[in-house]
Amino acid sequence: MFTPIFNQYNWDNELRSIYGMTEGDVQRALAREQRTLTDFKALISPAAAPYLEQMAWLSQQATQKRFGKVIQLYAPLYLSNECQNICTYCGFSLDNKIPRKTLTAVELLQELLAVKAMGYQHILLVTGEAQQQVGMPYFRQMLPLVKQHFQHIAMEVQPLDEADYAELHTLGVNTILVYQETYHREDYRTHHPKGKKSNFDYRLECPDRIGRAGIHKIGIGALLGLDDWRADSFFAALHLQYLEKTYWQSKFSVSFPRLRPHVGSLQPKSVITDRELVQLICAWRLFNGDVELSMSTRESPRFRDHIIKLGITSISAGSKTNPGGYAVEPQSLEQFEIDDGRSPAAIAQVIKDAGYEPVWKDWDHALQL
Amino acid sequence: MKDTLKIADKIFSSRLFAGTGKFGNHRIMEEALLASETELVTVALKRVEHAAQEQDTLLKHLAHGHMHLLPNTSGVRHAKEAVFAAQLAREALETNWLKLEIHPDPKYLMPDPVETLAAAEQLVKLGFVVLPYCHADPVLCKRLEEVGVAAVMPLGAPIGSNKGLAMQEMLRIIIDQSHVPVVVDAGIGAPSHAAQAMELGADAVLVNTAMATAGDPAGIAEAFKWAVKAGRQAFIAGLPGQQAAAIATSPLTAFLD
Repeated sequence: MFTPIFNQYNWDNELRSIYGMTEGDVQRALAREQRTLTDFKALISPAAAPYLEQMAWLSQQATQKRFGKVIQLYAPLYLSNECQNICTYCGFSLDNKIPRKTLTAVELLQELLAVKAMGYQHILLVTGEAQQQVGMPYFRQMLPLVKQHFQHIAMEVQPLDEADYAELHTLGVNTILVYQETYHREDYRTHHPKGKKSNFDYRLECPDRIGRAGIHKIGIGALLGLDDWRADSFFAALHLQYLEKTYWQSKFSVSFPRLRPHVGSLQPKSVITDRELVQLICAWRLFNGDVELSMSTRESPRFRDHIIKLGITSISAGSKTNPGGYAVEPQSLEQFEIDDGRSPAAIAQVIKDAGYEPVWKDWDHALQL
Repeated sequence: MKDTLKIADKIFSSRLFAGTGKFGNHRIMEEALLASETELVTVALKRVEHAAQEQDTLLKHLAHGHMHLLPNTSGVRHAKEAVFAAQLAREALETNWLKLEIHPDPKYLMPDPVETLAAAEQLVKLGFVVLPYCHADPVLCKRLEEVGVAAVMPLGAPIGSNKGLAMQEMLRIIIDQSHVPVVVDAGIGAPSHAAQAMELGADAVLVNTAMATAGDPAGIAEAFKWAVKAGRQAFIAGLPGQQAAAIATSPLTAFLD
């Protein structure tokens, strides 16, 4: 379990250590072939800012060597916006008075066909946390339908027990994403005051349960901005390092959702700029050559067009973040604001123009018994 | 006499096999494969649109008379999945040739020797022409040969690492002992590495990353073509033995004269 390892670290010490990194530390980190967690701290530190171009170049080289000149495309599909949690930053939080909806089988099929018509074979199913309405019985009913139409199924689902993850695997799920939001224990409590999600340790140990259940790919990450994004990224890297060693048969992916300052919504504690986000993505790649790095439509078209070449391996396009958003109820409230509304075909063209191959299919149910 | 390579029922003029992953687009891939003059290209089943009725775009670019397809099982984690995937590949790509890849470790893509041997044995019985990707382990290669594989494909270095023949001493033993063709599969990052493998006596090499991620894939592919030919010719001609040490000025055997 990761918790005992995590508990050996102190947030403030790591924060000081990151902000105390020097240009010498950065230069040493850049010169190494295999980089350590200390190198990662140097690369995400303010001291690395002048080295961004070099980092970007190295990140591009490392990514092309491992993944080639290809970008995987996927689309999220929201099954429900029901949620028993209060999360201070989320549109679907229990205390938000919005119409709640969970897709029926008929509606799900409509949505699946709409996403499939855009060319997708990889789908990411998203839920809130409403165990009664959207728990294992619901998944048992719906996943066979999804499996008929998509070759690769990922889920961003509420934390479950190991046996449930194992069952999801048998139902055809290849990948589970679960973000810690923040690795700062106290801040986590502030942002998740109510619901099952308020249990920090249960969420922290989620990837362990997923790994033990034999799920092929595990996605982790922090919501950048809830607390200091550098410290949160360090803890995510620590988490990844532990997971890779423990679940050596699993693949891993990291995402970079960031909180933006918006009127009327939660203001981020630390704002990560575009330049810093590029630094972070490159630092991840230089720290780990094999991890998949994913980019959502939260980011602007201009940012996404350029980040394709700098270390990212998968990207979503044409996303809707509301249940029924593709076909059933296109006008309903979205979980977060989409900044890049271009179609999958348009994004595929952007990828091609960048000299990369957009990949729609990179998995097959036949490979997963 | 023309130097050819025979694997199962096929005869190859080119000893350069190629992969189809990681290229920036299908056209660049096609140009590189044509420039390499390869006659055997491996295709990941996971990338092939076998369910759709329309012809797969990747396969369209590989439709050249001299280019044979070698489906691979990349993505499977154990023998059972490999056997299932192989049967699907046989149906989808209409060939009983198979590059058997079982690497349960997604980080370094290390092949699982136990599962690979088990799957190879089953697949041979099911009528497949099996080319297993495996460690540069001489005993494992003999065991694979004994269960009937058509060739062995030991790695030169970790896949995608471009580190060349890190396993040279083990490859030397494998080549020395093998009754089936030996194809050095992974780690070949430069034409010089390919030449070195051929000089060592490998029957062929398989190259992917080094071509796909080069600045000019077709240019590098052609360089690989020449390197493989040069290495092969050097092997056939017989490289001069290396002098272990300088000959002593006072020969040790002079007393016999």
